[in-house]
Amino acid sequence: MSATPSSNVAAGGTTAIQARFSKLQAQGRCALMPFLMAGDPDLATTAATLLALQEAGADLIELGIPYSDPLADGPVIQAAASRALAAGTTPGKVLAMLTGLRGQLTTPLVLFTYSNPLLNRGMDTFCREAAAAGAAGLVVPDLPLEEAERLSPIAAAVGLDLVLLVAPTTPSERMARIAAASRGFTYLVSVTGVTGVRVAMESRVGGLVQQLKAMGPTPVAVGFGISGPEQARQVRDWGADGAIVGSALVKVMAAAASSEAPVTAAVAAAAGTYLAGLRQALDS
Amino acid sequence: MTRTFSPLSSDSATPEAAAPGTPRPDPADLQVSVRPTPQGRFGRFGGQYVPETLMPALAELEQAAAEAWADPAFTSRLDHLLRTYVGRPTPLYEAERLTAHYARPEGGPRLWLKREDLNHTGAHKINNALGQALLALRMGKKRVIAETGAGQHGVATATVCARFGLECVVYMGAEDMRRQALNVFRMRLLGATVQPVTAGTATLKDATSEAIRDWVTNVESTHYILGSVAGPHPYPMLVRDFHAVIGQEARRQCLEAFGRLPDVLLACVGGGSNAMGLFHPFVEDTGVRLIGVEAAGEGVATGRHAATITEGRIGVLHGAMSLLLQDGEGQVQEAHSISAGLDYPGVGPEHSYLRDVGRAEYAAVTDDEALTALRLVCELEGIIPALETAHAFAWLEQLCPTLAPGTEVVVNLSGRGDKDVNTVADRLGDQLSG
Repeated sequence: MSATPSSNVAAGGTTAIQARFSKLQAQGRCALMPFLMAGDPDLATTAATLLALQEAGADLIELGIPYSDPLADGPVIQAAASRALAAGTTPGKVLAMLTGLRGQLTTPLVLFTYSNPLLNRGMDTFCREAAAAGAAGLVVPDLPLEEAERLSPIAAAVGLDLVLLVAPTTPSERMARIAAASRGFTYLVSVTGVTGVRVAMESRVGGLVQQLKAMGPTPVAVGFGISGPEQARQVRDWGADGAIVGSALVKVMAAAASSEAPVTAAVAAAAGTYLAGLRQALDS
Repeated sequence: MTRTFSPLSSDSATPEAAAPGTPRPDPADLQVSVRPTPQGRFGRFGGQYVPETLMPALAELEQAAAEAWADPAFTSRLDHLLRTYVGRPTPLYEAERLTAHYARPEGGPRLWLKREDLNHTGAHKINNALGQALLALRMGKKRVIAETGAGQHGVATATVCARFGLECVVYMGAEDMRRQALNVFRMRLLGATVQPVTAGTATLKDATSEAIRDWVTNVESTHYILGSVAGPHPYPMLVRDFHAVIGQEARRQCLEAFGRLPDVLLACVGGGSNAMGLFHPFVEDTGVRLIGVEAAGEGVATGRHAATITEGRIGVLHGAMSLLLQDGEGQVQEAHSISAGLDYPGVGPEHSYLRDVGRAEYAAVTDDEALTALRLVCELEGIIPALETAHAFAWLEQLCPTLAPGTEVVVNLSGRGDKDVNTVADRLGDQLSG
């Protein structure tokens, strides 16, 4: 495999994700990272929404590739994946859409995909194509540390950061190994459970953030269950380097898609407005 | 790693019985120490493709199982309950009229049925449910969840949870609840909560995904009794080891009945638990042919089938790498079978491995062939087999004419067919009237 230097790798060997977190840390800010499902309700809307989220102040964006059997997702994101698949969304079409946004979308983009669509395309091919389309990182929720050992160097060779996940059930010795192997940032799952909107954050998350940060320099972003401005602020106050907001945003987008027309403009505007609110909360 | 049995490798097997044209497997590939490796791999299959949240629970389960198998108090309690509660050992029954049906002028194979249908709850599933319930008790987990397709594993799990006073939630596809209404009622009668799953195709695949999501959420209080030799490591090994009692008994019973090992073992394969339970103690005896029969549904060519090994490609489903029915983009496809228990687009990783190394053979039969076989077994032997099991019987039509006289064949009669009578009536009703 050719290790062609990708545009994701900035001068000095840091990736786009690492550079973004360094900059934010220097400013003392917590990264705001929205998640949306590609192709929900269609890819033109996804493209417009990505730009709206960038405009509204997203520091990084996580983009889901829809999969038929999303084990780690709750009902909101499952439904979004079903809508996207029903609209004919495929990994190839998602990457083509991203390629079309090159030059406009400068926010580091992390692809969220389950193992099977990735393995089906081939790890080498998938990573090469994702990097060529402008992606900066990869999250694979059903690929724990042991299974990630093969993928991580393949991703790194094309400049993609393979982000690993830590859960509240992860023992501390294992947590240290995951933090050492994760690239770009470590994704701290804030609940024992699937993705979804929760009323309150588990209080043990604060301790987990501190524990992870003490293990090394890799930034820590918290996701699964952040449902609004208050929880995003709480995550920031616990010392996290990033807050990931998924289901709450996906719900806002779904509501906009069903209540207004034309869909693309309505969804992108609703997503931008929602994110701007979160941005304000995080920066206040 | 602790193992459940010691293969009686000194028994004499007939070495010439391997299928013509079948590649000779390398004995090193068949040793139990690589099925699976300590990393949970069966060759290129197996592994642990699950959310990080579950990884500590899988490690805990693996350790608890290893400790349990090494603990005489555990194994003697399991043995005692298998005898007194489940009704083991199940008979090895000589099917004389079925044998006569397939006899040629010069003779034909002799057919034996391993009567797992005579277990408490009517199928092999209770072997694993009982073993895992005892493990749940050891681990101090008070809540149990399970997935079910035909309902047999759900009923078995509900049964053992009632027996041990464990809270029980069974996930079942809404479509399967309709097809298997009797089993839904049985589970509720036994005190279990049956949770309908309407996502996706509303069948076993989706029920399994939902059970895994429940486990991710409640992992600290809950044990997941997975019902097949599928899922992340250690489940394929764990479930196989609890079902290996089928093969261990069959081995002993064959030696008693005809003084040697059988020539052919035949079993249906959905996820593959009854087949793996029968095959496991014979895997290193390469003179014994192992044949698994999948569901070809309306025909493999129609695309409406569940013949995963026959038609699938390598992929990941429910935590394991195995063969998988999927489209060109890696989306998991809907499986189709008249039998709810075989209606699954995946298969246990050890079956994929045994096929890969040339140790086991896999075939597929259609819904119609299974129904014909079901009627034949009813009429000739006075036994109503489950629709799943009928797939194994259906393959006898192809197999028997190729077997030499005196070939000893053991069919795993994995479950009884009472639960399927409504489905069969829908399809055969007119032919039976009058």
